Amino acid sequence: MKTFRILVRNIRDGLKNVVRNLSLSFASISCITVTLLLVAVSMIGSLNVENFTKTIRDDFTIVTYMNNELTEDQENEIKAQIQKINNVESITFESKKEIAEQMKEESEVFNNIITSWSDSENPLYDTFKVKVKDSEKISDTAEKIKKIEGIAQVKYGEGMIDSLMTIFNIIEKILIVVVISLVVVTAFLIVNTIKITIFSRQEEVEIKRLVGASNFSIKQPFVIEGLFLGLLGSIVPVLVTIYAYSFFYEKTGGILFSHFIKLVDPYPFVFIISIILVVIGIIVGMFGSSRAVRRYLKI
Amino acid sequence: MEFIKLRNVEKVYPTGVTAIYGLNLDIKKGDFAFIIGASGSGKSTLIKMLYREEKATNGEIIIGGVQVGRLKNRKVYKLRRKLGIVFQDFKLLPRLTAYENVAFALEMYGLPKDEVRMKTLKALDLVGLKEKVKSYPNELSGGEQQRVAIARAIVNAPKLLICDEPTGNLDKKTSLEIMKVLEVINNLGTTVIVVTHDSDIVNKMKKRVILIDQGRVKKDFEKGTYDKNDFTKDEDVQKAFVKNEDGE
Ligand SMILES: Nc1ncnc2c1ncn2[C@@H]1O[C@H](COP(=O)(O)OP(=O)(O)O)[C@@H](O)[C@H]1O
Ligand SMILES: [Mg+2]
Repeated sequence: MKTFRILVRNIRDGLKNVVRNLSLSFASISCITVTLLLVAVSMIGSLNVENFTKTIRDDFTIVTYMNNELTEDQENEIKAQIQKINNVESITFESKKEIAEQMKEESEVFNNIITSWSDSENPLYDTFKVKVKDSEKISDTAEKIKKIEGIAQVKYGEGMIDSLMTIFNIIEKILIVVVISLVVVTAFLIVNTIKITIFSRQEEVEIKRLVGASNFSIKQPFVIEGLFLGLLGSIVPVLVTIYAYSFFYEKTGGILFSHFIKLVDPYPFVFIISIILVVIGIIVGMFGSSRAVRRYLKI
Repeated sequence: MEFIKLRNVEKVYPTGVTAIYGLNLDIKKGDFAFIIGASGSGKSTLIKMLYREEKATNGEIIIGGVQVGRLKNRKVYKLRRKLGIVFQDFKLLPRLTAYENVAFALEMYGLPKDEVRMKTLKALDLVGLKEKVKSYPNELSGGEQQRVAIARAIVNAPKLLICDEPTGNLDKKTSLEIMKVLEVINNLGTTVIVVTHDSDIVNKMKKRVILIDQGRVKKDFEKGTYDKNDFTKDEDVQKAFVKNEDGE
């Protein structure tokens, strides 16, 4: 009960310190805000990338093009061989006619060209669409299929995905570096803010010591001040995360560019991100203030 | 039984200055003792060691059975809660009223509001400031401010009240009033130690007087031993006071 009453008092004092030191507090809070906004963007970005690369990989297919001279029997033979490969889940056949029909529907230009072809002039290939069980082993499987006689070509999007991932990885690394530097700058600013508070309250600290306040309860208001700075700094990022992401999700219908790229559902996603932001804000704030207390509060 | 016991206490500051040399001293429970001595003789150092602001370099200090020198830094507050300390410069918080300044100490201990209120008003009443509880320090005279500081020092009913030149900033009349307040507190059972430069006060109060000279106890006048003759007639005492007037 005593500890609780002291805590209540120190929370009040911590808040008062924030207000009394308004311009410096404001600088710290803004810095935390900027940092956490970047953290939010990076987290939302990378979690989404992770999410959709997973979905893309999950229904990944190897398209197998067969030589045009093959008979139906030979094609069935190839199918049987592909099916024997471990990682293959299912195979669907698409004749070059079917593909041509599909392409006709896609655009007027294609339609005109394709309609002009006679059956023997169709330059497309009969294909098998091979779904794999484990997308990690897709390149292996593709290699095996390629070795089968009668296969002209195999294609899968691995190259595209890989280069996409490389770009995202680079962006992620840059963001991490930026965020870490910002965290350092923020922590430094907080240390400075709390230092000023400590200096301006030296008289009070001295009296507290004289009347027999415990070291812990003398330090507490300053650490709490840091906590508040972190907490206040996370308000804007949390609001931005919740409203901006939900808004963006609604506007895009949860789909970006093509049906491949699905966004993460906003709920509870935004709340989880918000909690993480608040926790980071508080940790950075308390870390900065604890450092200041250790360095500048001589008791 | 001795309430305060100092044995062969020595204090060497990190600068190399020795402020106290092998000092022995006993003060009984309920005593009222003045500590006098020239400026720089080590009076403040001596009492700082009592409330553990400074640590003795050698020797032993025991207050109410507690080995002060062995206290860990983070436990010092427990000692401080049993002491009251008063300074020349009052050390009041300017933004707080008289009441808040006194209540401040108890709030630091996490006492419930009712108890804080009761004890604070009682302490302010004891020092004669019942009417001024809502005044801020800058609205109070020096004497009144010192009363607030005394109220804060005794609000937790300490066994020992330590005052370092409590009347150094006050005129003669006010100084004597403050001393009367300290006497009342002493009569209620608190041991009181007062460092002072004011020979008049010492003379009028007729209490025990400990004369410190260059870090040692030079003379120790038991209470009443100088009743008849003026105590400042003592040669050593005179020297102490003369030096003071030059020095400060
Ligand atoms: N914090 C300190 N560091 C170094 N020397 C000190 C310190 N405080 C006091 N002294 C020295 O110790 C001696 C005694 O000082 P002090 O106890 O303040 O004397 P008094 O209170 O009797 O005037 C003086 O020589 C003073 O310079
Ligand atoms: Mg002194």
